[in-house]
Amino acid sequence: MTRAVTVVATGPLALVEDLGRPGHAHLGVPPAGALDIPALRLANRLVGNPESAAGLECLLGGLVLRAETSCTIAVTGPSVPVTVDDHVVDSHAPVHLGPNQEFRLGTPATGLRCYVAVSGGIDVPAHLGSRSTDLLSGIGPAPLRAGDVLPLGTPEGLPGGADAIPPSRPADDLTVPVTLGPRDDWFTDPAAQLAATTWSVSPESNRVGLRLLGDPLRRAPERDGAELVSEGVLTGAVQVPPSGRPVIFLADHPTTGGYPALGLVPAAHLAALAQLRPGARVRLRARES
Amino acid sequence: MRLRRYGPDGVLVELGSLTEVAATRAALVAAELPGLVELVPAARTVLVSFEPGSAGARQVGEVLARADLSVAPEVEAREVVVPVVYGGPDLELVAETAGLSVEAAVALHASATYTVAFCGFAPGFGYLTGLPEPLCQPRLDVPRTRVPAGSVGIAGEFTGVYPRSSPGGWRLVARLADHADALFDPTRAPAALLSPGDHVRFEAAP
Repeated sequence: MTRAVTVVATGPLALVEDLGRPGHAHLGVPPAGALDIPALRLANRLVGNPESAAGLECLLGGLVLRAETSCTIAVTGPSVPVTVDDHVVDSHAPVHLGPNQEFRLGTPATGLRCYVAVSGGIDVPAHLGSRSTDLLSGIGPAPLRAGDVLPLGTPEGLPGGADAIPPSRPADDLTVPVTLGPRDDWFTDPAAQLAATTWSVSPESNRVGLRLLGDPLRRAPERDGAELVSEGVLTGAVQVPPSGRPVIFLADHPTTGGYPALGLVPAAHLAALAQLRPGARVRLRARES
Repeated sequence: MRLRRYGPDGVLVELGSLTEVAATRAALVAAELPGLVELVPAARTVLVSFEPGSAGARQVGEVLARADLSVAPEVEAREVVVPVVYGGPDLELVAETAGLSVEAAVALHASATYTVAFCGFAPGFGYLTGLPEPLCQPRLDVPRTRVPAGSVGIAGEFTGVYPRSSPGGWRLVARLADHADALFDPTRAPAALLSPGDHVRFEAAP
């Protein structure tokens, strides 16, 4: 019998994600991939998968799966209640599911995105080298719906044997570094402007970008009203539209942008940003790259 | 040319013309820099990014210092022929603006050999340069809310084909003879018909 899990319920948004498809930006294809990469890698290690296997990114939990065959499953990201057939089990640890057992993810008390890995990985077809859903360009599998049957690959490794892994603790108040450039010269004293402001996460944030609310960043007078010819952008770019309120580009960002990027949040800090709930406070601090 | 830092592992090369963009892209492709992840040409820039910690970002300046960026690269380009049916909703406007008959405008668009300068806007959308001067025309005053997939448009110095339906302000002169999936289909390898540097000709299908 084909190894598979069936989606019984999805919660607000459940997506298949792996490490994404970087390297195709010159074709207009966004990188996509899990927003909290360390959490996906950990979930995969816990069930014995390669870290690059596809798992599920679950916004605010709520996922319910039924195992069609026996498999090992693990949940990472923020602390979240997990049950199997109504028995409480641990997150951040491998859990065995027998055929027809029901796995249920509750709602995390903090943070936004939980990651679920299943032994063998979610084995949907890869497009441009990745199984990830890209919500901007529509590449990859559609968001999960109840009734979907997700095929699993063949397990390769043994589940991880860690004693106890603490859940990540998403902040509601976070400071992240920003390397200035490429377009920092479009702004008056950008480092001082960043240092003077505390932003709050807009509810319009999504996998394309984390939108921030707060005092507008001021352009240098000579750049007032100037237009930038569209140019390539990187994940983590702090793009500043004319409103002065920055957008930090996340995995599903467009490959080019027409607003100046003041700086870049280095990759190691993006996972924490991706776990911020609307209303959370963020400070951006300039540093040398 | 100016190099701008883009985080610890990225460089944005700022340039003065599409010719310099093409030459820069070709020089960086030929250099096979270690750890290269993205190499993204645009209208006046080339973005390069590398694996974290690789030495590639530091070598961009040296590679470009050795290259002659003033001339278009003489590299073997892939030639792509795109069958189209002329007769888009703006074809008469385009002909009139160019001071040509519709037949002459069509012949002019179909006679040129174009080059994919860069891609963007949507997966598989190539900005093609080489548009004959009379066809270099502004966008529509009022963009369409929906341009059908496969539409061939012109705007400024570019022509291009919409890989899927989207809002758009380009003047539409033709449509793909084939299904728009011919342009971009993620289930196919290669997924994109057009890639930067490719040469493209439009062929009028009967």
